[in-house]
Amino acid sequence: MLEFDLQENGLRKLNSALHDQKENSNQTVWKVTNPKGSHSIAVGIDAPIEVNIEGSTGYYCGGMNKQANINVKGSVGPGVAENMMSGKVVIDGDASQYAGATGHGGLLVIKGNASSRCGISMKGINIVVHGNIGHMSAFMAQSGNLVVCGDAGDALGDSLYEAKLFVRGKVKSLGADCEKKEMRPEHLELLEQLLSDAECDAKPEEFTRYGSARKLYNFNIDNSDAY
Amino acid sequence: MCGIVGLFLKDISLEANLGNLLSDMLISMSDRGPDSAGIAIYADKETGRSKFTIQSENAKTDFAALPNYLSKHLNCNVETKVNDTHSVVKIDESATSKFSEVLASFNPEIRIMSRGSSLEIYKEVGLPKQVTQRFNIPQMSGRHGIGHTRMATESAVTTMGAHPFNTGLDQCLVHNGSLSNHNSLRRRLRREGVHIETENDTEVGAAYLTWKMQNGATLGEALESSLEDLDGFFTFVVGTEDGFGVVRDPIACKPAVMAETDQYVAFGSEYRALVNLPEIETAHVWEPEPATVYFWKH
Repeated sequence: MLEFDLQENGLRKLNSALHDQKENSNQTVWKVTNPKGSHSIAVGIDAPIEVNIEGSTGYYCGGMNKQANINVKGSVGPGVAENMMSGKVVIDGDASQYAGATGHGGLLVIKGNASSRCGISMKGINIVVHGNIGHMSAFMAQSGNLVVCGDAGDALGDSLYEAKLFVRGKVKSLGADCEKKEMRPEHLELLEQLLSDAECDAKPEEFTRYGSARKLYNFNIDNSDAY
Repeated sequence: MCGIVGLFLKDISLEANLGNLLSDMLISMSDRGPDSAGIAIYADKETGRSKFTIQSENAKTDFAALPNYLSKHLNCNVETKVNDTHSVVKIDESATSKFSEVLASFNPEIRIMSRGSSLEIYKEVGLPKQVTQRFNIPQMSGRHGIGHTRMATESAVTTMGAHPFNTGLDQCLVHNGSLSNHNSLRRRLRREGVHIETENDTEVGAAYLTWKMQNGATLGEALESSLEDLDGFFTFVVGTEDGFGVVRDPIACKPAVMAETDQYVAFGSEYRALVNLPEIETAHVWEPEPATVYFWKH
């Protein structure tokens, strides 16, 4: 295992060392100490390595991640795992706004709460939040799954495309074109897998599914006058 | 951008260290705004005495002659403590209402940065490190304080465009964000007779709160109504004689993080601002909810 003191060695040195790791890297486990809220930690990795960050981070932690497992033993600032492609990012604490924004793949697990705009414009990422999420979450979410074990804030799934949203607790309000959907066996199966991957002991049956009413993004001939 | 910080002490043993902690927090936010910086600090209130912080471009000449002029025209004991371009002036409470008029008769160019009995505001153009060093902020003690480092968007980089803004006796405001209806609100407030000096958006926000409170609202009520009347992005941190408060607009895209221990309550635009506070590892750390007014009092 390699230990890297961020205060002593600096962010650029860390990220370029992480970028140098390849598919068959021998240096598979990294420990980053003294993150002290720094921005852009472990951004842009493309290798099957494990990075353990021993404390809280600032903006964009684990952004654009491919393949790597990134664990944060603390809370994260805005934009964690933004545009993630694959791999897994696990946050022990809370996440600030737009967690997992625009993510194309992989799994983001937030063991605490996530604030506003969680999963905004998600494009295939799976996000599991053990706690609550804030307002405007999954805004324009295109594909992937957002699982919330607690409550969701205002305007959940506004202008939603084809992402699936599962909420165990209360939803303060639904956004435009987002509606409650029937939970079918394939959804329960999917949820069971996501919850188990996220080390969450909630039961799939306790969740409600929400999705797009598909009225907003399909052209409707009755609206032709509006254009 | 812009960076804001706030520190409210519960443990009086930390009071001697307030200026030091607050300066350190503000310096860590430097890359959120390099244009100007300022600190408001609440300290040593004396019963029966009023306190003003004033600023002059010609501090040396102005502040040498000012004490005698003030005591003659205000007819009371005047103490001044010059600190670079600023000076803290203490006068008898009974002379408070005459102060600004007498000061203007001495030199209309001298600006009043704060009024009250315990509040002092220090602000200038420059980086937080330069500004805090210039005024020796790390050596200051106090019960609570707030700070700001500015990335100017809505108006020029000047001393008067720097934060914190004085909103009333012993009250001040720092702002991260931008208000989009400040021109119409400034016109409305000016019609109501409110004095607004600059083209700065935050000054309008500050004047709005002052005006609301002059019309009978409490600070909490004024902050609540700001959610209705102010259009734009804001995270506000406000200071009062006995505490500090936080409010974010309903969209809440301007960042905010808070930490609380048995010793203090702290606010930062980012977690980086909080990392050197005592026992931060075990503090309760959370993000304040949008459109919710938070307040702590001694």
